[in-house]
Amino acid sequence: MKSYSLLNLIRHSFSRHENWPRVWRSPQPKESYDVVIVGAGGHGLATAYYLAKNHGVTNVAVVEKGYLGGGSVGRNTTIVRSNYLWDETSFLYEHAMKLWEGLSQELNFNLMFSQRGVLNLCHNLQELRDTARRVNSNKLNGIDAELLNTRQVAEIVPILNTSPNIRYPVLGASYQKRGGTARHDAVAWGYARAADARGVDIIQHCEVTGIQVENGEVTGVDTTRGVIKTGKVALAVAGNTTVLADMAGVRLPISTHPLQALVSEPIKPVIDSVVMSNAVHAYVSQTDKGELIIGAGIDSYSGYGMRGSYAVVEETIEAVVEMFPIFSRLRLLRHWGGAVDICPDASPIIGKTPVKGLYVDCGWGTGGFKSTPGSGWVYAHTIANDQPHELNAPFTLDRFVTGELIDEHGAAAVAH
Amino acid sequence: MLYIDCPYCGSREETEFSYGGEAHIARPLSPDQLSDEEWAHYLFGQTNTSGLYRERWVHTAGCRRWFNAERDTVTYEIKSIYKAGEKPPGSGD
Repeated sequence: MKSYSLLNLIRHSFSRHENWPRVWRSPQPKESYDVVIVGAGGHGLATAYYLAKNHGVTNVAVVEKGYLGGGSVGRNTTIVRSNYLWDETSFLYEHAMKLWEGLSQELNFNLMFSQRGVLNLCHNLQELRDTARRVNSNKLNGIDAELLNTRQVAEIVPILNTSPNIRYPVLGASYQKRGGTARHDAVAWGYARAADARGVDIIQHCEVTGIQVENGEVTGVDTTRGVIKTGKVALAVAGNTTVLADMAGVRLPISTHPLQALVSEPIKPVIDSVVMSNAVHAYVSQTDKGELIIGAGIDSYSGYGMRGSYAVVEETIEAVVEMFPIFSRLRLLRHWGGAVDICPDASPIIGKTPVKGLYVDCGWGTGGFKSTPGSGWVYAHTIANDQPHELNAPFTLDRFVTGELIDEHGAAAVAH
Repeated sequence: MLYIDCPYCGSREETEFSYGGEAHIARPLSPDQLSDEEWAHYLFGQTNTSGLYRERWVHTAGCRRWFNAERDTVTYEIKSIYKAGEKPPGSGD
């Protein structure tokens, strides 16, 4: 792997930057691998990287039906935070947050990680009380959190409409200063480059069409580029998880929904933090290019179509314009959708399945991006040892039978 | 925006309706006899089909009656609408 450094930058300037090596290889699939990860998105690539780095498992293939980073990792609104309510979720996301803080250096890839602060607004008394509870819970778990009043919110986000006479007045907010954004594509590329350098084969345009199971054990996968033998198959395919799990006869409590986002035309810097509102279901941040990134909520109906209804977009824009009247005449440049895997308790499932050698990392719903490093870390541990890491031990598939659900609904998981 | 043909009111915009998830999930007849696994399957074991899906809708801002639809979850095209209690068209069962 060619290091990205000032020295190499100067060196390559003599050849007009035309001779930089390819960032990752495009190998032909081998006949067999120790582990086949399905899905070259953030989670899949992070898992491959930590398998190689933490566990020395390098005979790994990451197969991807489309192109690397073309799914949810390239479609989210890039927000990173760890201020969840329950201990299990807090520890998992905080582990990810700590990894984010050193990740650009570790991967030698600029992830444009920006800890600009995340505000979660409260619009009514109950929400304010719930938020106070969550802030206290965060503090007890060693996660930075503050409860702000209206005036403090207005100081951080002067363009926010904090008038008491609007439909959803801002009564306060939770504030996580360490939260922020990271460039989502760079996360996929950075992990891909680092995993490839450690010997992981990333095979794009290779769709899994079947999972071979014999006597309750995984023996391989059928793909559009032939059969690949393996004893371990790890799914990291977000909205398509149930489609693949069904191939192995595993039923998951996941439903797939469209989730949409929008980007405005670029403007001068007006907002230097991330503002999220669960009640009106909108969230806004500004990219370094100056575009506003606006996230909407999921469509109520299930759907794999990577697009949603305009009614959801309209609601989101109404909310954003009420919160930020200054945006009312902005034009939107792009609008897209993705397919997210919604779990009944709004917490992920990371672990083993009834089929030996088949692992799932799914149910992240609308909030998978922020967890990418942490998810990869614990998932790699689970695959390498055939045992969950202590951080993902509570996030079993079995919890839907035992009733030990981790209910993050309403607490922190409506908007991501 | 979907247009949904309510069997009682006719074609209306999607925003008048609420979604009810997968259709034809039978309630357990003797709930006290169920094991934990069977309960979990009843509560969380819905299919998540990519393709033709039978699902429930309710006309919340209209007649407030439930009905079923067959919809393609990839193209979102609604193939057929039928009343609650009716057999799905072309199902043969």
